[in-house]
Amino acid sequence: MAKVEKAKLPKPEEISNIDYHPPATDWMDTPTEFKPGTYCWGAKEKDLLTLGLPNPRQWSPADEDWKLPEGWETTILDGIAERLAKYRSFKIFMDICVRCGACADKCHFYIASGDPKNMPVLRAELIRSVYKKYFTKSGKFLGRLAGARELDEKVLKEWWSYFFQCTECRRCSVFCPYGIDQAEVTIIGRELLNLVGLNIDWIAGPVANCYMKGNHLGIEPHAFKGNIESMCDDIEDMTGIRVNPTFNRKGAEILFVTPSGDYLGEPGIYTCMGYLMLFHELGLDYTWSTYASEGGNFGFFTSNDMAKRLNSKIYAEAKRLGVKWIIGGECGHMWRVMNQYMDTWNGPADFLEVPVSPITGTRFENAKSTKMIHITEFTADLIKHNKIKLDPSRNDHLKVTYHDSCNPSRGMGLLEEPRYVLKAACNNFYEMPENTIREKTFCCGSGSGLNASENMEQRMRGGFPRANAVKYVQEKHGVNMLANICAVDRAAFPALMDYWCPGVGVAGTHELLANALVMKGEIPRVIDLRGEDLPGKGGNE
Amino acid sequence: MDTKLKDLIEEKRSVILERWFDAIVETYPLDTTGFFKKQKDRFANPVGHAIVQGTEGILEVLISGKELNEDLPFLNDFIKVRAVQDFTPAKAMDFIFLLKKVVREVLEKEIRQNQIYDALLSFESKIDDLALFAFDIYVKCREQIYELKTDELKRMTYTLLKKANLMYEIPAEEFEVNDQKCNT
Ligand code: SF4
Ligand code: SF4
Repeated sequence: MAKVEKAKLPKPEEISNIDYHPPATDWMDTPTEFKPGTYCWGAKEKDLLTLGLPNPRQWSPADEDWKLPEGWETTILDGIAERLAKYRSFKIFMDICVRCGACADKCHFYIASGDPKNMPVLRAELIRSVYKKYFTKSGKFLGRLAGARELDEKVLKEWWSYFFQCTECRRCSVFCPYGIDQAEVTIIGRELLNLVGLNIDWIAGPVANCYMKGNHLGIEPHAFKGNIESMCDDIEDMTGIRVNPTFNRKGAEILFVTPSGDYLGEPGIYTCMGYLMLFHELGLDYTWSTYASEGGNFGFFTSNDMAKRLNSKIYAEAKRLGVKWIIGGECGHMWRVMNQYMDTWNGPADFLEVPVSPITGTRFENAKSTKMIHITEFTADLIKHNKIKLDPSRNDHLKVTYHDSCNPSRGMGLLEEPRYVLKAACNNFYEMPENTIREKTFCCGSGSGLNASENMEQRMRGGFPRANAVKYVQEKHGVNMLANICAVDRAAFPALMDYWCPGVGVAGTHELLANALVMKGEIPRVIDLRGEDLPGKGGNE
Repeated sequence: MDTKLKDLIEEKRSVILERWFDAIVETYPLDTTGFFKKQKDRFANPVGHAIVQGTEGILEVLISGKELNEDLPFLNDFIKVRAVQDFTPAKAMDFIFLLKKVVREVLEKEIRQNQIYDALLSFESKIDDLALFAFDIYVKCREQIYELKTDELKRMTYTLLKKANLMYEIPAEEFEVNDQKCNT
């Protein structure tokens, strides 16, 4: 744990000596500093050993010596060569940037810090400069004149710092006329760093847990089941209805997979209770799996191979249990993986069927290949066909806005369904300003495995543009609830809101839906899913 | 405050604010694009917006003769930003003292001509008073960052603690305060 550092107040004479003009150094000559609060801990030896990743050792990013393996330069350069050959996109991204600057001021980390190396174009340049030196003629001969530089330890530290200061949110790519996707450059940058043992603890730990236990938090099957059952107790207290979910049930029609944050942390568990209540009300023939007990995939923030390895259990479980298709819970990066990678990595899932809602008969052609749909697609379809009864007045004490999580919005175009569900479940819904939502949404500042706690200052900074827009609707409309469809959002936003806009809570979409859901045979609802009195509903308020 | 000096500041308000803004922007890492200054959209450039709001608000309160206290939203909002921007405490707070420098520069001639050095000194000591409130706000922001970490840890392990019947052992009120914050 970091020691609490009290801020030292400067003496008057120190203040008069402040240098207001930072040195005008070129970015290549500006060294990377590791100040507490602005970086994540390094990956632990035990986790790298568990995963069979290179160079397991104890180290700290703040140390001078990072204990790099012998010949690490060759490893990295060979790694670049291999990826240039394997991924055409990477080669193109290295070659075609015209420095137009359209992406420069679109990154939340740059917007909030003014640090030029957080401009997406410069973040890419951190690798591109090395690419030029070793893989292009002009760079080999002209060196720095052509923007090329040697790979050395300083460069590697700079990569580590800035590739773990990019949340792979892809906002910049929306504005690039060439479609250069800095998130992919970061993904490759992190892969290269992993070749020499340079991951962060908050990613490597969850990945190791997931590999051994099936989920990021390392929750074992009995605890998983226990947690869900205790949610069922809370649901019974609230509704008088006993919900009886099944686990690892062979022959169920549907497998349900959600991120582990939904069944452990607050406020994620309320979203999870929402799923349980909805599925019960529909009488859905579905099962949970205690093995595919993680929808998220921090392997995706490590390397392509690691992501594929962790993802494989989903289809494997679907096959073992003999289900027909899969529903996935509210998660962000999980959906980029499911939507864009799963099929190529571990498909084709020929043994599954194209998802058809047993309640409405809707055939989800969009998931024809993956056989997996997002729960808001499923629920929006139910509402559209009038298949569930909602009493949105139960959410009348809430003024809700919606944060488009980066991956579902930019990575899969899921923009309308969550809004449709929210507007059906809540009477008071307000959008944030246009240039901060939908495809242009601002990241929470904690995505891609950066939601550790030791980098809290960095997270508060990166999340500032998002929080700034929330604050606007808080002041303008009295918004007091930030809805979303992402487990990292639910984990990271409460801190962001407490810092920038105290008074704004955080909820998953299905928590608000379940508040409004009128269940057959329920007792009058006087409390919400959090066990708090529902204003105006005869509670003890 | 001295009416002569007040009039002079009012007259040059926009120049003072602009120079002060520029001086604050110079405390950030070298940025050749001039982004903080050029981008006027408050959502695309929240830092620039906070600087504008903060500087206008501070200057207004200083010349209006209103009582200074900690409850100045624009000051609070801007210091929150500075507190998470990788500055040392001294650097985070220097923006207030920059105002002294700017006022002396912009009004140099007028102050000399009118011989209002005393008024200037008392204006400057008001800036110092404000700086003390600002330091308090800054320290609170930094402390809050550590609290956010513990609160987050509690939320993450909520069900485990609840199951192990340990909830009463961790400060329950603190939790309730947070919950209330989330639901009011
Ligand atoms: S992907 Fe997101 S975090 Fe990364 S450089 Fe682009 S805008 Fe910034
Ligand atoms: S917008 Fe695209 S082409 Fe322009 S600087 Fe950014 S990455 Fe390069």
